[in-house]
Amino acid sequence: MSEVLLEARGLHTYYGLSHILRGVDFTIRKGEALGLMGRNGMGKTTLIRSMLGLVKPAGGSVSVRGVNVTGAPTYRIVRHGLAYVPEGRGIFPNLSVRENLLMSARAGVDGQRAWTFERVLELFPRLAERINNGGGQLSGGEQQMLTIGRALMTNPDLLILDEATEGLAPLLMKEIWRVIGEIQKSDIATVIVDKNHSAVTAVTDRSMILVKGQVVFDGPSAEVRGDPELIQRHLGV
Amino acid sequence: MDFTTFLIQLLNAVQYGLLLFLVASGLTLVFGIMGIINLAHGSFYMLGAYMAFVLTSMTGNLLLTILIGIPLALAFGAALEALLFTHLYKRNHLDQVLLTYGLILIFEELRSLTVGDDVHGVPVPEMFSMSIPLSDTLSYPVYRLVISAVCLLLALGLYLLIQRTRLGMMIRAGSHDRDMVQALGININGLYRTVFAIGVALAALAGMLAAPISSVYPGMGGGVLIISFVIVVIGGIGSVWGALVAALVIGFADTFGKVFMPDMAGLTVYLVMALVLLWRPEGIFRKG
Repeated sequence: MSEVLLEARGLHTYYGLSHILRGVDFTIRKGEALGLMGRNGMGKTTLIRSMLGLVKPAGGSVSVRGVNVTGAPTYRIVRHGLAYVPEGRGIFPNLSVRENLLMSARAGVDGQRAWTFERVLELFPRLAERINNGGGQLSGGEQQMLTIGRALMTNPDLLILDEATEGLAPLLMKEIWRVIGEIQKSDIATVIVDKNHSAVTAVTDRSMILVKGQVVFDGPSAEVRGDPELIQRHLGV
Repeated sequence: MDFTTFLIQLLNAVQYGLLLFLVASGLTLVFGIMGIINLAHGSFYMLGAYMAFVLTSMTGNLLLTILIGIPLALAFGAALEALLFTHLYKRNHLDQVLLTYGLILIFEELRSLTVGDDVHGVPVPEMFSMSIPLSDTLSYPVYRLVISAVCLLLALGLYLLIQRTRLGMMIRAGSHDRDMVQALGININGLYRTVFAIGVALAALAGMLAAPISSVYPGMGGGVLIISFVIVVIGGIGSVWGALVAALVIGFADTFGKVFMPDMAGLTVYLVMALVLLWRPEGIFRKG
C-alpha cells in the first residue's frame, strides 16, 4: 500500500454547543481518489476544516505523512503537500487572475514543480483569456477554475475539492469534472465532496459517507454505486 | 501674495503632506489589512523623533541615526506585534482602542522617565543645512526638499511593494480572506508582523526626519495621530494610494488655511474632511 498522506483518528469538533464531528476516522493515501458524501450538515466541510486546522478539533488527532499536526497552524499543515478548494470558492476578488495564481505558487514537498503558471493556463484556457481581469469580475465557473488553478500552483500531492461544481451550469459542471479527471491522471490524490453522488462514485476509488458526524460507510465506490438502498438511506433527499 | 511666497508655501504644503503620508500609510495598512485601530501609532512618530534626539546627540549625525533607527523601529514593531497586537485581531474595536490608548500612556510615561519633559531640538544635518535663494530676501531650506524627496521615494517603494511583489499580493489577499491565505500555505501571522513592523518603521522615520524642523516635545504623537486618522478616512481605509492623495490634500489645506484664513486655521483640515465625506462617504479611494 502506498504512503498515507492525511489521516485523522477519533476526531471530535464542536461549533459552540453543537457536537458536529463525533469520532471520525479518516485516511487517504498517495494517488488515491476518495469521495466524501453525506447530506447537508452531516459534517463533511467541518471534517475538512478540522483536519486543515481552520477549526480546532476538541479531541482526536490529525497527521500528515505520519507527522502529528494536531493543533498546528493551518499554513504548516498544508505545507506537507495539501491544497484546499473551499466551498464558495474563496478567490481574492481584489487581485487579478494572474495575481491569484502567482501569490500561491510554491514547490511541492519534494521540491517538484510539475504545475507551473503555463501548465495551469493550458488546463484552463478560459483563465488565460481573462488573465488581467480582477478576480471579482469572473463568472462563477471561471472563479471555480481559478480556485482549482490556484490550488495546483502549490504543487500538492492531495487536492481537497469541497462542492467544486455547486451552482454551475451543466456545461461548466462537465468541464470541472473533466479537469478533475485530468488532475487525477497526474497522480495527485483527491478528496471530492459533491452532492452529485453518481458523479463522485464514477471518479473515485473509495467513498466515505458521513451521517451526523459519524462514518457510516467507508469502502469501494463501486459498492455505493451498486447499492441503491444505501444511497437512498444516507444520501437521498 | 507674491509668487515667491506662494512657491514657498507650496513646497511646505507638499513637504508636510508627504511627511504625514509616512505616518498615515502605516496606519491605513494596519487598519485596512489587519482590522486594528491603533491609537498608539502616533507614539511611533514620537519614538522616532526622540530617537533622533538621543542618537544624534550621541553620534552627531542624523543620517547615521536614521540608519540605526530604522532597524530598531522594525524590531520594536515586530516585538510589539508578537507580544500584544497579535492578540487583538479577533477582538472588537473597543478592546483595541483600550489597549492602544493604554500604550500611549505607557509610552509617554516611559519617555518622561528616560528623556524627561523638556523640549529639545535636533540640528539639521550639515550637508543639507544650506538654503536655495528664491528672491533677494527669501530662500528655501534644502533639508525640506530632501524630506520631500525621501518621502516620495518611499511612497513609490511602498506602491511597488504592494502592487508588484508577491509579498504585496499576499498582503492584499490577506486583507480579503485570512483563512484562505493560510490554507494556501502562507504564514499569515508572519505576514501581519511584517506589515506592522513596516508601519512602525515608517512612522518612526517620519519622526526622525521631522525632528530637525519641528523640535522634539512631549505629546507630539497626539496631533499627528489625529491628522493621520483624518487622512486614512479621507483616502479610504486600507488604500495606500488614497493615503498619499489625502495626505497631500491635508498638507495643502493646512498650509494654505494658515495663510488665507489664519483665524480658522485649525478648522480647515476638518472642513476638507467633511466635504470629502459628503462627496464620497467611503473615502476617495475605496479599499480594493
